[in-house]
Amino acid sequence: MWLVETLGFGQTGWGGLLLMGALMTLCVTLAALLLGAVLGAIVAAAKLSQSRAIRTAGGVYTTIFRGVPELLIIYLVYFGGSSAVTAIGAYFGFEGFLGMPSFIAGALAVGLICGAYQAEVYRGAFLAIPKGELEAAEAIGMHRFLRFRRIIMPQVLRFAIPGIGNVWQLSLKDSALVSVTGLADLMRTSQVAAGSTRQYFLFFIAGGCLYLVLTSMSDRLFARAERRASRSMPAGIGQI
Amino acid sequence: MAAATRLSVRNIHKSFGAHEVLRGISLDAHDGDVISLLGASGSGKSTFLRCINLLEIADQGEIVVDGERIEMTMKNGHAVPASRKQVDRIRAELGMVFQSFNLWSHMTILDNVIEGPVHVLKRPRAECIAEAEALLEKVGIAEKRHAYPAHLSGGQQQRAAIARALAMKPKVMLFDEPTSALDPELVGEVLRVMRSLAEEGMTMLVVTHEMGFARNVSNRVIFMRSGEIDSDGPPEELFGKGGSPAFRQFIGTFGK
Repeated sequence: MWLVETLGFGQTGWGGLLLMGALMTLCVTLAALLLGAVLGAIVAAAKLSQSRAIRTAGGVYTTIFRGVPELLIIYLVYFGGSSAVTAIGAYFGFEGFLGMPSFIAGALAVGLICGAYQAEVYRGAFLAIPKGELEAAEAIGMHRFLRFRRIIMPQVLRFAIPGIGNVWQLSLKDSALVSVTGLADLMRTSQVAAGSTRQYFLFFIAGGCLYLVLTSMSDRLFARAERRASRSMPAGIGQI
Repeated sequence: MAAATRLSVRNIHKSFGAHEVLRGISLDAHDGDVISLLGASGSGKSTFLRCINLLEIADQGEIVVDGERIEMTMKNGHAVPASRKQVDRIRAELGMVFQSFNLWSHMTILDNVIEGPVHVLKRPRAECIAEAEALLEKVGIAEKRHAYPAHLSGGQQQRAAIARALAMKPKVMLFDEPTSALDPELVGEVLRVMRSLAEEGMTMLVVTHEMGFARNVSNRVIFMRSGEIDSDGPPEELFGKGGSPAFRQFIGTFGK
């Protein structure tokens, strides 16, 4: 009975808040993944560029954001962003510290990181397209943009699905670090609940279970997408 | 009676680094010509074919397709096409068939065939589908139209690739070793399709190692050696008494 009450949705139960936390985790990760997709596509294009300078710039991006601890990036974005916001505030006459919204800071930080990983995924996916298929598209008279839209994009997405699934899972877990900025995500909510009830085992295990629910559900979604995308592949390739 | 010149190539030179692959190749193809390009590997015949539709850019020379000259300009000391638009338009008039088929693997056979007409020529989809189905019927793989390339045999894929090129209603068809990647028992079905195309009067340039095709189907044979045209003439003549010693030696290695 006690368990149901503590984890339930009643007045003294933490169930509602935990679910809200899980939803927040999902939202931050989704926002980060989308931002990362845009950044990743740009960085992948840079790394495949013919210009050496642009290639180097792309390389620097992935080196930094894959090589520096996630937590440091989050602090950098949150506190760095906040001091920028404070400076802008001061310019307009506000006094004192203005915090950057922690959702935005979190999504931005995790997005920057997963953009670096997604760039590698997209680059690999592009390189997996048989060169001859691109030549065939040129030979039939497709201009550059049409080639990109009709031949490159669909195949990059198809080859990228397993890699993106992986990045998604990593980002979902990275998003737990965003709780240091006070964002009421699943991690933070579990921590608060555990602290205020002193039921550490209970709430950290409940939080862990909710993370597992999120990851295993998204795993299924990606597996399904992968199956759909591999319809055109020879039997055995692209299927696990 | 002089047939219209569909393709005219003048003095093509191409080097890869210090190695000069093509040393001044010229050729005119008239309406209905079926020209076989023969030569040992490394003789430059595939490079020559790829220069015609600008998959490789020749360092020097002139290409005229159906009366339209491809405009070139110099950039950083390299020849480049002056107008991408013109290149795309001319490529749409040249059907290309590759050794490795190069069908788009994420599309069904039917989608492969209608892709060019629908998206490059911007023609009505329903019309393109009807034509594509007729073409697939013609090359004998109508029942495979909803299959993906990976689920077809090499011979079927190559026939689909020919249908894809034909769907653009090209003025000239270029074949780059169309049967070289096929298992021996699948070569015949592709050659049959090519032969029927030739009989319909399609202008064709075929890089091949199929001596039977060169001899019996084409009306002209060009033998290339180290980037130059060694012999050029009707097959009866070249395969008869007229071939150069180098050509005789070359076919000698095949005849057995």
